[in-house]
Amino acid sequence: MENEAGALSRVAGLFSARGYNIESLSVAPTEDPTLSRMTLVTKGSDDVIEQVTKQLNKLIEVVKVIDLTDGNHIERELMLVKIKAVGSDRDEIKRLVDIFRGSIIDVTEKSYTVELTGTSAKLDAFLDNIDNSIVLETVRTGASGIGRGDWVLKV
Amino acid sequence: MSVELTGAEITIRCLQEEGVECIFGYPGGAVLFLYDELFKQDKVRHILVRHEQAALHAADGYARSSNKVGVALVTSGPGVTNAVTGIATAYLDSIPLVIISGQVPTNAIGLDAFQEVDTVGITRPCVKHNFLVSDISELATTIKKAFYIASTGRPGPVLVDIPKDVTQQKAPFVYPEKLTMRSYNPVVKGNAKQIKKAVDLIVSAKRPIIYTGGGVILSDAAKLLTELTRLLNYPCTNTLMGLGGYPATDKQFIGMLGMHGTYEANMAMQYCDVLIAVGARFDDRVIGNPKHFSNESRKIVHIDIDPSSISKRVKVDVPIVGNVPDVLKELIKLLKNSKEEPDKTALQEWWHQIDTWRARDCLKYDRDSSIIKPQMVVEKLYEVTKGDAFITSDVGQHQMWAAQFYKFDKPRRWINSGGLGTMGFGMPAAMGAQLANPKAKVACVTGEASIQMCIQELSTCKQYKLPLKIVNLNNRYMGMVRQWQEFFHGNRYSESYMDALPDFIRLAESYGHVGIKIERPEEVEDALKEAFKLKDQLVFLDFITDQTENVFPMVPGGKGLSEMILV
Repeated sequence: MENEAGALSRVAGLFSARGYNIESLSVAPTEDPTLSRMTLVTKGSDDVIEQVTKQLNKLIEVVKVIDLTDGNHIERELMLVKIKAVGSDRDEIKRLVDIFRGSIIDVTEKSYTVELTGTSAKLDAFLDNIDNSIVLETVRTGASGIGRGDWVLKV
Repeated sequence: MSVELTGAEITIRCLQEEGVECIFGYPGGAVLFLYDELFKQDKVRHILVRHEQAALHAADGYARSSNKVGVALVTSGPGVTNAVTGIATAYLDSIPLVIISGQVPTNAIGLDAFQEVDTVGITRPCVKHNFLVSDISELATTIKKAFYIASTGRPGPVLVDIPKDVTQQKAPFVYPEKLTMRSYNPVVKGNAKQIKKAVDLIVSAKRPIIYTGGGVILSDAAKLLTELTRLLNYPCTNTLMGLGGYPATDKQFIGMLGMHGTYEANMAMQYCDVLIAVGARFDDRVIGNPKHFSNESRKIVHIDIDPSSISKRVKVDVPIVGNVPDVLKELIKLLKNSKEEPDKTALQEWWHQIDTWRARDCLKYDRDSSIIKPQMVVEKLYEVTKGDAFITSDVGQHQMWAAQFYKFDKPRRWINSGGLGTMGFGMPAAMGAQLANPKAKVACVTGEASIQMCIQELSTCKQYKLPLKIVNLNNRYMGMVRQWQEFFHGNRYSESYMDALPDFIRLAESYGHVGIKIERPEEVEDALKEAFKLKDQLVFLDFITDQTENVFPMVPGGKGLSEMILV
């Protein structure tokens, strides 16, 4: 979409006004600074997704809408999670972070801050493997997606 | 090097470049420089309304009756919030408007300044697009874009919010001749394969119906629709917004459909086997309960410029996205060359069935009543104006009677708030229609409740000598509310009685107009004739009508099209 003030609120407003659901949304300018690219995750029947796509296309600032799930695609989400790490938990968490190919990016005597990238499901799985009571804080970006292979989204 | 102009000068020059002759507005602090420039020129005429809602409705009526872009000018804060109802009205009916709104100076935005509201935020969900111009170098291009977006594709209102300091600053003025917008390219031509498919389906029909809406009016496709309908000899029904798209006096016209549509139109819609939808959107007031509608199987061709209108409430078989006239032209061409022809015997049987439904005479009412029947007033209005007036309406029972009983043979003659259902729309819209068509007869069919929502515009009508005929169907009730309370709320008329009504005659007279009170059926025709004889005067006709009259047929909310309550 056009990298203009207000474009994001048009998208967000459309979803709330029409009762569609935003699971996550991530947006930033692209290699062309006049354009922003947004990855929006939503759920709905085929009919609802068709309407969402059409309604998004109607927004004047939206240049192109593609449904990444129509084809092969890659999606990644970044999560930062602060975990209480004392005693035997410290080794256990370290092992788990290694298994999930994350990294510990900040350490104190009482806590680790872990950086983890992957599909949303992988991030969920990581959290599922940690006792909820020691998770102090999480922050997630929502998924960013791109098509697989040589196919390129051009405007 | 081009000349440097102030933002205010640029704005007015842009309006002139767009060929705008008439704008509707109300001044205020944030737009003083714009009004100063208006004062210094004489190409753009400004109509001073008495409330910003009316500025929007008037611009809207102007646009609907002329196919030009309507323009309104309002100040920041309350100027904008007052205008919102009118903007939403235009948005729901896809009317091309450009709204220029003043805003507090850029350095005051966000500081809760005097008369500051987040105009772009407040209007976002009810405009096709809006802009805040924070840099004078973008002003001319933005206004150009506003007119382009408002009038192309599926039309709609576009708002341009201009901070006061931007109207004061100077910049070189160049009005762009052409625009390219990578993110906005409305479709024109329909897909050839889809049109071919549609032709095959259309000629295979045994029980066809052509169902058309506001899109036919907005795109000026009435002639092509008539050509298509006559070529096929298929029955045609119009939505409330589509009336005038096909001549109502023609034998192939089976009336309006929907909640208060005719028995024959609703039955034909329910029991057709091929449905050709043109510039219509299957909304809840038109097809009732979509589940009930899909109880019968039929194939649907849907022509519309807006892809999001297709398969929104009802799944269609052959969608054609495109500008209605372009698609109809192509369709007619292919049909004329088609080797296949519709099954004449089947069509004859279908017409026979429709005539049986017609014989039900669903719009009948007591013509011998000693109290004035509202339907009769509209019929007489039709006769007296020879079907050639611009008729605006407010919202409620009178709106439905006007739609049912005034036979619109031409497009753009019927002007009402179909989508939003805005009471108070009628008189200001009639002002716009009269200004766009100075010589035409313009009447506003209204009720004593609706008319009071913008009654202050009687003053505007006086100032600009607008000879409207106000046809007030005065039943002392918010009639449609009363009707629903009678049918669905056990006759408990909660807050729907209009108490303490003004004496409309003296009210009209106090504004310098003529008022006539009509209490007996035999006076109706003469009163209307007399009113239209007064060519230069606004005449307020206060018809004291039957309090308990209801609009029939009626498809109750949530019911199916064939489940009508009949008289």
